[in-house]
This record gives sequence, structure tokens and C-alpha cells, in this order.
Amino acid sequence: MTIILSIFLLTMLVITAVAIVRIRNLFAAVMLSGIFSLLLAANFFLLDAADVALTEAAVGAGISTVLFLGALAMTAETEHSSSTNRGIALIVTTTTLLALIYATFDKPAFGDPAAPIHQHVAPWYLETTREAIDIPNVVTAVLGSFRGYDTLGEVFVVFTAGIGVLFMLGARSGGPKRAIPEQTEGLRHYQVPRIVGRMLIPFILLFALYVQFHGEYSPGGGFQAGAIFAAAMILYALLEGEKRALHALPQKLLVFLIAGGALLYGGVGVVTMLLGGNFLDYSVLADDPVKGQQMGLLVIEAGVGITVTGVLLSIYHAFAARDKF
Amino acid sequence: MSLEILLDSASWLLMTAGGAFVFIGGLGALRMPDLYTRMHAASVTDSIGPVLIIFGIILQAGFTLASIKLIAILLFLLVTGPTASNALASAALLAGTRTDQATPLEPERKQ
Repeated sequence: MTIILSIFLLTMLVITAVAIVRIRNLFAAVMLSGIFSLLLAANFFLLDAADVALTEAAVGAGISTVLFLGALAMTAETEHSSSTNRGIALIVTTTTLLALIYATFDKPAFGDPAAPIHQHVAPWYLETTREAIDIPNVVTAVLGSFRGYDTLGEVFVVFTAGIGVLFMLGARSGGPKRAIPEQTEGLRHYQVPRIVGRMLIPFILLFALYVQFHGEYSPGGGFQAGAIFAAAMILYALLEGEKRALHALPQKLLVFLIAGGALLYGGVGVVTMLLGGNFLDYSVLADDPVKGQQMGLLVIEAGVGITVTGVLLSIYHAFAARDKF
Repeated sequence: MSLEILLDSASWLLMTAGGAFVFIGGLGALRMPDLYTRMHAASVTDSIGPVLIIFGIILQAGFTLASIKLIAILLFLLVTGPTASNALASAALLAGTRTDQATPLEPERKQ
């Protein structure tokens, strides 16, 4: 049954990908890319990768669709066909495709327990998580503790991306703006989505908190929770207008959040060093090493969530602050 | 034993009916002549379809945490679906789409 579902979803994925390439209407292409992400999330879920599925659904289908639409508002709605070197492109893609197909022959069978990836460090992670950290979600343990350096690097990538976008898009935000009457800003004149949206926002925020702080026990963690938090605030900005959203969470605070989350993560590493452990070795944070690990995970996940929320909201506001070209 | 058969057939009936409604809605969205009738076909059946399907799954799940989660999903769908349809219709009205104006399935072919 799972195999039939997988084949169906993968077929839909290919159809959607072809449609995205073929379609000239960019608005439809953005919607199709949201569908693509949702199908991909369902595929990840079938492969038992619930954490990745949650990330793909929140970031791919949710936030990036909104950001694409924001970018689309600044440009034209249809794509100009201006491809000249079609022959070279065809040769390059065909060669890559053949190389990739050739590479799949060396892959181990799907779900093969003897595959190299299941022999190297994975068994050690699965065994050590129970005694060293004692949390059910091994993904969070691997992400936050065993491979804490990598996750710190990812947080700094997000941080750098946010700063870069702010530099590129924020440069013009001081210019003259369209004067929007108070009543027509956002969707304040339009009651149905406004009332339903206001009803939903508290629940979305509650769900984000659940994903953030329940990440040790169920799928989720800082990255997913940050995206959901940002989604709730973007919904508020769409319904009530930019002004009120920036009043609730001002740009200065967002910049503080971006830097503060990354600093919190790095700071935990420095504290563990001062307490006599290695960088990001949370065992020294409490008397009981297991408790120390759990404390460290909670704090660094909070840092991840804060940075992701700040970056996504800043990017959204940077798009929304610009006038049409 | 007989109760189990009863529950299974009830859940089968609900899920099949829900699937049929969603299918008819999809058919309507493809075959109807203009935007508003298409939306009408899709949005009405999309409200009743999930209700039937989720109640069918709840009969399978019984009194468990999964059922409560399913009811939460159902409430979410019941609130957001009609809102999205309303917003879409209102946006079309604002953009000046008329009821007698046929909307082709692939607008990019026109150019």
C-alpha cells in the first residue's frame, strides 16, 4: 500500500515539475511550486522522515510561497521566453541525467539494512541517545547534540542570508512610500478572512510553541517552529497591514532576534567551555550529564527558533516595504 | 464481532461517499464553463467531502488521541475552506471577472 502511494506521489511530483517548467504564467508557477513542496512533504512522511516533512511543509509550501508572491508583486506576471542556447542546455541536462541514472545502479536497495549508511555512525547514535540524552526523538538528539556544530553552522547560514537580504532589499526602504489610507491597509475592509484569520492566529502560535518545545518528544524543533511563528505573524501582517505588524514586532526587535538567537546558540557553547567541557558539550551544564544534555538541547533549539523567526519576518517585511517598480 | 462489521461498513460507506463528493467536485471544477460555477462546484463538495472522510477514519480510530486530532483537523478545514473560497470569489469580483466570461483552463495559450 505504501509503495502504491509512493509511486502515485512521485508521479504527481514529476507532473508538477514539468508543469512548473512549461507554464509561462508566473503566478500559476508559484502555486504549482507550493503543491510540489506539499507532495514532497507527503513523500518524506511516507519515508518516516517526519521532521523533514514538517520542515518542507512549513518552509517550502508555506513561507516560500508567500515570499515568491511578494517578489512577484514587484515584477510582471508572465515570463518572457528568451532562451537562446537551447542546444547546449539540452546536452548538459541529458548528460547530467544519464550520469545520475548510471549512479543509481550502485545504490543499495531501498530500505536495505546492510547499506553503508546504516552501518557507519547510525547504530551508535541510536544506542547512545537512550543512555546519554534520554529523549525519544533521535533526530533532535543528532541535530542538536551529536552534530551540534553542523546545526550551529546552519543557524549562521540562516543568519547570513537574513543579513544579506536586509542589505540588498532594505536599502531603498527609506524612500517615498505610497500613502495608504488607514482603512484600506491590509485586508481591514474585508471582514470574512480578517475574522477567520484573527481566530486562527492564536492557535497557530500555540502550535508553533508546541513544535518548538515538544521537539525532543515528537517531530519538530527550532527550524520548523520558527517557520510556523513567522507564518502566523505574516498572516497578521496580511490581514491588518504592515503598520500594525511592525508595531507588534518592530524591525529593530527583529534584527535583535536574528542576532540574539545565533548568539544564544554560540553562547551555550562558550558556557560549556567555561564550565570545563568541550564546545557545545552540554553534559557539564547540570550535575547529571543527561539533564545537562536535555537543558542544552532546549536552549539551542530556542536559539534556532528565534533566529529563523527573525530572518523570515525580516525578509517578508523587506519585500513588503518596497513599492512596485 | 457483528459490531465490528457494522462499524467497518459504516466507515467504508462514509469514506466512499466522501471520495465521491470530492471526485464530483473535481469534475465540476474541470467541466463548468466559468470561474464562479467552477468554484461553486469545488468549494461546496470540498466542505462535505472531508467531513464524511474524516468521520469514516474516526470510526476506524475509535476513542483515541488520533480521533481528537482528526476532529481538530476537521474544524480547521471547515473554517478555512469556505473562507478561502469566499476570498477567491471576492478577488475575482474585484478583478472584474464576469459570470458570462469563460475562463480557459490554460490562460497562457491565449498569447
